[in-house]
Amino acid sequence: MQKLMLALALPFALAATMGLAPAFAQEPMKVTIATEGSSPPWNSTDSTGKLIGFDVDLGYELCRRMGATCTFVAQDWDGIIPALTVGKYDAIMGGMSITEKRKKTIDFSMPYAVGFNQIVMRKGLGLPPTDAKAKLNLTQMAASKQATIDTLRTALSGRTLGVLRSSNSEVVVNELFGKVATIRSYDTNENMTMDVAAGRVDGTLADFFVLKTFLESKDGDVAEFYGPMLNGGPWGPGAGIGIRKTDPQLKAAFDKAIASANEDGAIKALTEKWFGMDMSPPK
Amino acid sequence: MDIALIIESIQTLLGGVVLTLELTILSLLIGFVLSVPLAFMRASRSPWLSWPVLAYTYVFRGTPLLVQLFLIYYGLGQLAFVRESFLWLLFRDPFYCALLAFSLNSAAYTIEVFRGGIQSVPPGLVEAAQAIGLSPTKISLRIVFPLAFRTVLPSYANEVVGMIKASSLASTVTLLEITGLARKLVSETFAPYEVFIAAGAIYLGLTFLASRLFNLIELHLSGAPPDKARRPWLLKLRQAL
Repeated sequence: MQKLMLALALPFALAATMGLAPAFAQEPMKVTIATEGSSPPWNSTDSTGKLIGFDVDLGYELCRRMGATCTFVAQDWDGIIPALTVGKYDAIMGGMSITEKRKKTIDFSMPYAVGFNQIVMRKGLGLPPTDAKAKLNLTQMAASKQATIDTLRTALSGRTLGVLRSSNSEVVVNELFGKVATIRSYDTNENMTMDVAAGRVDGTLADFFVLKTFLESKDGDVAEFYGPMLNGGPWGPGAGIGIRKTDPQLKAAFDKAIASANEDGAIKALTEKWFGMDMSPPK
Repeated sequence: MDIALIIESIQTLLGGVVLTLELTILSLLIGFVLSVPLAFMRASRSPWLSWPVLAYTYVFRGTPLLVQLFLIYYGLGQLAFVRESFLWLLFRDPFYCALLAFSLNSAAYTIEVFRGGIQSVPPGLVEAAQAIGLSPTKISLRIVFPLAFRTVLPSYANEVVGMIKASSLASTVTLLEITGLARKLVSETFAPYEVFIAAGAIYLGLTFLASRLFNLIELHLSGAPPDKARRPWLLKLRQAL
């Protein structure tokens, strides 16, 4: 019996001493990436159930550069961080903003794209005109930025604004307009934009592309973009890849791949393909 | 678990009690007023009176309250003719949408509760009342309904407690009653456990008060002599009434 055990154990012992580690390293690394799957153009599901979108295209591109084999899986947004921490997959690519709150639970790669957000207001409210093409980063508040915010605050005082519950936009709206406007929180972006269309709220602040899709829909002609495109501040430096805190090698590999894809213009090309504009992070 | 956070949450959530009570009490009042005549119709032997009411209670008891609320809030808001009519003054406001949904739903349940009570009144009593020449309206309001009400009081108390809890659905149409405030607090603190324990404790307090109130009404209507030693105040209350 003992001999049998020894015989069985021998190959393992040999393998261990003869350096299995380099053999492993040559085998391609396997990475499972989760995405939400219903936030076009970031990520969505096509009619055959396949995941598509900017996140998916860029994910495969980064994996190619890392020499890794990647698989994408879909996961609902509210459980996407808990499922990462318990190891159901290795990374999240879902247009997730890098925020201080989320960084308490998970790690992020460097930003791979910088999105922005904007206010939409119903037409015919008699609001003073603004430059909806301007851009405003909330991270470092200079005097000129403060003046723009003050103008917005005066324009929106007494109005009712809808926001997505638990979103970064909710934090911004409460901070900037919480004292002068009535704020209503919604479960989903669809319910919120429906109430903009119905006129129960005068406007909203949300992800630019979510609102662009709404304004281009048949109910969307009652509203328009208002005020500058916003990012930074509570939205953080951009969208990053969520990774477990116990997985620093994977973070390093993704960081290297993002830097190289940003350097040679691959990220710029993919953002232009999916968003129609350059949203690559600063180099 | 953070006990201090629970206590802090309770203080914040108490701010929503007024709205919860407003919604609950108004819905119950409207539901009660609607249900008394409709319960008599429902208990009637004539199918022309009974069936339309049956259709109403069947639909409102057979579909989830949340679906009814969404149909009224999001559904009516989609219709252009509603938005352009005077009705929009009411339906624009989430409070009135919730109040309408809760009232119609509560009426449906209350109708069936009262119908059971009305049908349990012994026919002999009604015949006796007819024999002494009381009008049908008087018989309904002075003989049948009081007897029916006393019989079904425990079931009606259930409906009241159910309504207090169901009012939490108002949070889904942006109203900041107890549950609405709790969800807001969760998104600020990331501590669902403590906040919802606090919300649950407040609801428990409210339903406890409601069921105690109905116990007292039951005791009063049953005509049992109060225990003087234990409840001298009940005796005084009864004398006052």
